[in-house]
Amino acid sequence: MSEEYAIEVKNVTKEFKLYHDRGQTLKEMSLFKKRRTYEKMTVLNNISFNVKKGEAIALIGHNGCGKSTTLKLLTKILYPDQGSITMRGRVSSLLELGAGFHPDMTGRENIYNNASIYGLTKKEIDKRVNDIIAFSELGDFIDQPVRSYSSGMYTRLAFAVSVNVDADILLVDEILAVGDANFQAKCYDYMRGLKDKGVTIVIVTHAHGTVRSFCDRAIWIHGGEIRAEGESNPVVDEYLAYMNAERAKAEGKTVQQNTDSNHYGSGEVTIESCEIINSNGEVTTSLNYSENYKIRLKYNVMKPIKEFIFGYNIFDGDQRCIFGIDSTNKNLHLSGEAIGPGTLEIDCAPLNLLTGNYRLQLSITDMSRSPLDYYREYCKISVANPNSESGVIHYDTTWNLIN
Amino acid sequence: MAKTMDRIQEIYDYRQMILSTVHRDLRGRYKGSVLGFMWTFLNPLFQLLVYTLLFSVIMRSNIEDYYLHLFVALVPWIFFSTCMNEGSGCIRDSEGIVKKIYFPREVIPISYVTSQFVNMLFCFIVVFAALWVDGRFTNPIVYVYLPLIMLIEYAMALGFTFILCAWNVYLRDVKYIMGILCMAWQFLTPIMYSVDMLPPNLIKIFYMNPMTSVIVAYRDILFYQQTPELDTLGIACAMGVGSLVVGWFLFERLQRGFAEQM
Repeated sequence: MSEEYAIEVKNVTKEFKLYHDRGQTLKEMSLFKKRRTYEKMTVLNNISFNVKKGEAIALIGHNGCGKSTTLKLLTKILYPDQGSITMRGRVSSLLELGAGFHPDMTGRENIYNNASIYGLTKKEIDKRVNDIIAFSELGDFIDQPVRSYSSGMYTRLAFAVSVNVDADILLVDEILAVGDANFQAKCYDYMRGLKDKGVTIVIVTHAHGTVRSFCDRAIWIHGGEIRAEGESNPVVDEYLAYMNAERAKAEGKTVQQNTDSNHYGSGEVTIESCEIINSNGEVTTSLNYSENYKIRLKYNVMKPIKEFIFGYNIFDGDQRCIFGIDSTNKNLHLSGEAIGPGTLEIDCAPLNLLTGNYRLQLSITDMSRSPLDYYREYCKISVANPNSESGVIHYDTTWNLIN
Repeated sequence: MAKTMDRIQEIYDYRQMILSTVHRDLRGRYKGSVLGFMWTFLNPLFQLLVYTLLFSVIMRSNIEDYYLHLFVALVPWIFFSTCMNEGSGCIRDSEGIVKKIYFPREVIPISYVTSQFVNMLFCFIVVFAALWVDGRFTNPIVYVYLPLIMLIEYAMALGFTFILCAWNVYLRDVKYIMGILCMAWQFLTPIMYSVDMLPPNLIKIFYMNPMTSVIVAYRDILFYQQTPELDTLGIACAMGVGSLVVGWFLFERLQRGFAEQM
């Protein structure tokens, strides 16, 4: 029971009843007894963890592992069947996009409305409303009904409100993915600021780059139990290794037959990880258009092979290949004669792309170009670019009016 | 006890949410209808017209100024019965936010009952106008009891709404059952008739209906311009506080399962 913890979760178990056909009226409940049979599903099984004040932690795990349930328990939307949860301080949560927004009300009215759901008084909201509007970047749209907003505008407003309520603990479910790259970067910047001020942050996310660069710790929840807990990088590595192994198991029989699948290959050389490192040396998937970055490939030779080729391609949202290169273009001979891991680092000049999400495709092939390990989409790279030209690439132009 | 105080403090912290919900509810209720806010007054007036026609023209009642005798009881009753009927669905109507955001769930029934209460206060403007026209402002001192009985009725309505809206999350029939039950309840409460008309051996049973003493007190104050009997006030007060305490206790127990049940 130490005060240094903002969140204490002790031996929490949560079960859901899965009804086969649930009746909620008197008739259904009394007549169809059989239909009321249910199975108990244990979503969380005796989990315990603590979060220190001012710490940022990530909950990771595959879909349905119980991480969102954990978040709902932390906000007190759900209550545990066993165990206890202690939260110290005001909690703000962003679980779903614009929950509690009224479509017919203007953005400004919704700010008041939404902030009041977080327990703020009118005076407190008055003080913050300008900050919220500025942060949401909605400009004149703020006095338009929310129903006319795009989903990005919606997210911006919802995020702006929930981070401006002076919470001590901020809980964020994976919803920031909706915003554009610039806004995402801004959100994380802002949350970093909150963290420095001592706000405790818990996020649920699949963006592992974010976990590595933003969170102090990660908790991997698997099958309702904590599988691993600790510093972000090792936990994420362990998790990704597990997921890759599972995928390989599942695809074991279908390798190369199923050419639609995202990841296949005969497996003599495998891609262990491919990290994108920005100019600050942080592992990320968000890059600024004008920064130098590095690609660090960790591969593993499983079965000796004389030589192999590594290549990567970058595709835009319309699935056009913008850029592609492989080791033969650079006359680099990658030898696979010794079993074991290897690392390849590629220094890259600025991308000079416009704002958007780009797909990174990776391939390791043998000399006859048949795939050893191939990811159609290894990850998305989001590029932030303040310039608003149209097209795909950015290049500098200077305009001079002569006459 | 400390826990209860914390809870009350928390609900107080959410006063802005209650205020804005009440405001939105009052402003938005008749949005889009031609007569708009006038419906707040028209609704009880039409009911009054129907009952008055029935009881002073067809089934003649020998109560003097029957329409006023009825009106001073009908307005408080409409407040209470609307809470029973419509208020029982208030948590389910807010499913969207209940499942996604944390806030003390009490805020929803409190807002609902409060907005109905404010609605009743508006109707009281018409009640006072009628009393004035009829020359029934003979003893203004009795009006000090009016806020008290209103508060008691508010507590009672809130207590019942707590129970019903929480229960309705688990069993949807509650709302429909209340529709029928309220009709019976109205006839079992001295609204269209006076307590004096009851057979003496039944009076005690009638006073077990929490609304009986409330309505009797309203009528004493407004219609007869006399101080309500201490017994009546005592019963009303005890029942009001009792239903609020029991209602809140049950609500608190049931609210833990809201998000799962919807």
